[in-house]
Amino acid sequence: MLQFIMRRLAYALITIWVISVMSFIIIQLPPGDFLSSYVARLAEMGTSVSAEQTQIMRETYGLDQPIHMQYIKWMSGVVQGDFGRSLEWEVPVADLIWDRMAMSVLLGASSILFVWSVAIPIGVFSATHQYSPMDYISTFLGFLGLAIPDFLLALILMWIAFSSFGQDVGGLFSPEFKDAPWDFAKFIDLLKHIWLPMIVVGTSGTAGLIRTMRANMLDEINQPYVETARAKGLSERRLIWKYPVRVALNPFISTVGYALPSLIGGVVITAVVLNLPTIGPLLLRALLSQDMFLAGAIILLLSSLTVIGTLLSDILLALLDPRIRLD
Amino acid sequence: MTTTAAPPDLEPLDSFEAAEEEKAIAIATPRQLMVRKFMKHRIAVVSLVVLIILYLMALFAGFLSPYDPNTYNSSFKFVPPMTITFLDGEGNFTFRPGVNNLVEERDPETLRITYRTDYTTWFPIRFFVKGKPYRLFNLIDTDLHLLGLGEEAGALPIAILGTDRLGRDMFSRVLYGSQVSLSIGLVSVFLSVMFGIVLGGISGYYGGVIDTVIQRVIEFIRSLPSLPLWMALSAALPPEMPQESRYFGITIILSVIGWTSLGRQVRGRFLALRTEDFVLAARLSGAKDRRVIFRHMVPSFTSHIIASLTLSIPGIILAETSLSFLGLGLRQPAISWGILLQEAQNIRTVALSPWLLLPGAAIIITVLAFNFLGDGLRDAADPFNR
Repeated sequence: MLQFIMRRLAYALITIWVISVMSFIIIQLPPGDFLSSYVARLAEMGTSVSAEQTQIMRETYGLDQPIHMQYIKWMSGVVQGDFGRSLEWEVPVADLIWDRMAMSVLLGASSILFVWSVAIPIGVFSATHQYSPMDYISTFLGFLGLAIPDFLLALILMWIAFSSFGQDVGGLFSPEFKDAPWDFAKFIDLLKHIWLPMIVVGTSGTAGLIRTMRANMLDEINQPYVETARAKGLSERRLIWKYPVRVALNPFISTVGYALPSLIGGVVITAVVLNLPTIGPLLLRALLSQDMFLAGAIILLLSSLTVIGTLLSDILLALLDPRIRLD
Repeated sequence: MTTTAAPPDLEPLDSFEAAEEEKAIAIATPRQLMVRKFMKHRIAVVSLVVLIILYLMALFAGFLSPYDPNTYNSSFKFVPPMTITFLDGEGNFTFRPGVNNLVEERDPETLRITYRTDYTTWFPIRFFVKGKPYRLFNLIDTDLHLLGLGEEAGALPIAILGTDRLGRDMFSRVLYGSQVSLSIGLVSVFLSVMFGIVLGGISGYYGGVIDTVIQRVIEFIRSLPSLPLWMALSAALPPEMPQESRYFGITIILSVIGWTSLGRQVRGRFLALRTEDFVLAARLSGAKDRRVIFRHMVPSFTSHIIASLTLSIPGIILAETSLSFLGLGLRQPAISWGILLQEAQNIRTVALSPWLLLPGAAIIITVLAFNFLGDGLRDAADPFNR
């Protein structure tokens, strides 16, 4: 087991290293270096920058050095928690991302809770009542949930909320709480806002999980051990929830590590539409304005989160199912 | 010896047809079995028909759309979808479809322009009218449009799906948008298939170090969050790039991630097939690697590949739509469903003109149809199960 974990850990470290190189390439991708576009922007706004000043900035950012030295400089900063400076916001990148990252994690986690609490009962019901009208309805809704793009669902729900309650439901906080320190009232306000993004983000996941849960349950429900329990006179409800559901849940538990980061990455568009203070809109803005240190840092963080999540999933899966370690 | 008594296992007469059908199945080729099985999947067949219609509409977008998608109409902005009526101006029934005139009014409180339908004025819809010239299939120059209004209607458009903030006809725009949105799925899936079959094939066929390397690359790509990566890559396309190159840039970006799942499947199949007798026989007869792969191995799992790539098209269509919606994919003046939905980004605009969300309906129909079709194909690809 220890050997297995060590091997996966080594893989994960290598992957994160490759990701860091890739993020660095992404920072370098836009034509010209970011400093010249920054200088051009300053010039547009009427601030002219002299050649000496540019040269000084060039040296502070290490742009006069060869590319691999720039990478090492960037990377050694990242390891110490310094992601560089955002040129658009003119503050260190680290100051910008952590708050929003926390919001992203919060939203992702609550969406997972929503997805599970909806998908598991429906999936179990569909499997125990296979080919019943409810089964067909849930299958159809599942397909529909997969077919509606998140942002469209967000738009439709916002439109319904807006035209029936006359209220703009975007954002995660009411204006008066936006910059307020955390207290109970702010938390209640958050709960009032988080349901909409939670539903929007969770819908496609729910659709997929209902299918998985139904298929897993159908595999388990005809097993001899279920029949035995039934023959022994266990009530149908206890029987279903106590045995086959628990086995069918295994894949869920083992994918939880992976689900969270993929949700955080996936909510970008919803977050833009709903104007949420999460990491997605920040990434979009950084990409559009070529604020590349910020964009690179976000990509690096999101990708590393995914890798760590996958690593945790792998380990969980190996703990739950010893057959995995063999291959 | 004459047998007068029927053999005991002979079917009763009323199931004669069933027996015939069984016989037909027994001598059917695998392809016939697949078609048979597919035809039984009703929703999949309906979806196939829907998709064929959608693609034909995209192909004939110029002819079907009454207007040029980029022509402004300053006197009819934000017109809601019109009703087509068979009652002429006097209220008599005619067999000609037509539309009523719209009268511009200003809401006394909000000062917003609204349109009142004037039931006393009626213009018949004319068919095969001459309109703005366009190029059909990019080959034939013509100015024939399926629908249009006569000169007497003046600037009034037939806005089947309404008009947008510049008075552009939504129906025409959705049709033109379908050309991009529907084709981008096919093109990128085609690229993914090429990558997937070649790399997955090499990986599974040769095994060893090559296999390990390709598998690590696949694992690496799959471990990245796809949406942020797509965003970063398409943001790196220079903004002044011409639309055609941009289109191909986006397709390539989408398939860079798309090929991995297909690559895995192909590899799995290759690993399983590698030890089959017919592959060994082909190799022993001196066939070259390329011939063994493309002539003997690939055909034996084509149907699975077709099914799984059908299921991967909707994801790509959604990705393009999302990227264009965010302003990172294709850009104005190009038209795709995602770009059309950009107009619906502001919730206040949507509340006043909900028809701006209609391109979304087109997306949902397409994606649903592809999913159902893929489901049917997947079941049909396995004619021997059940």
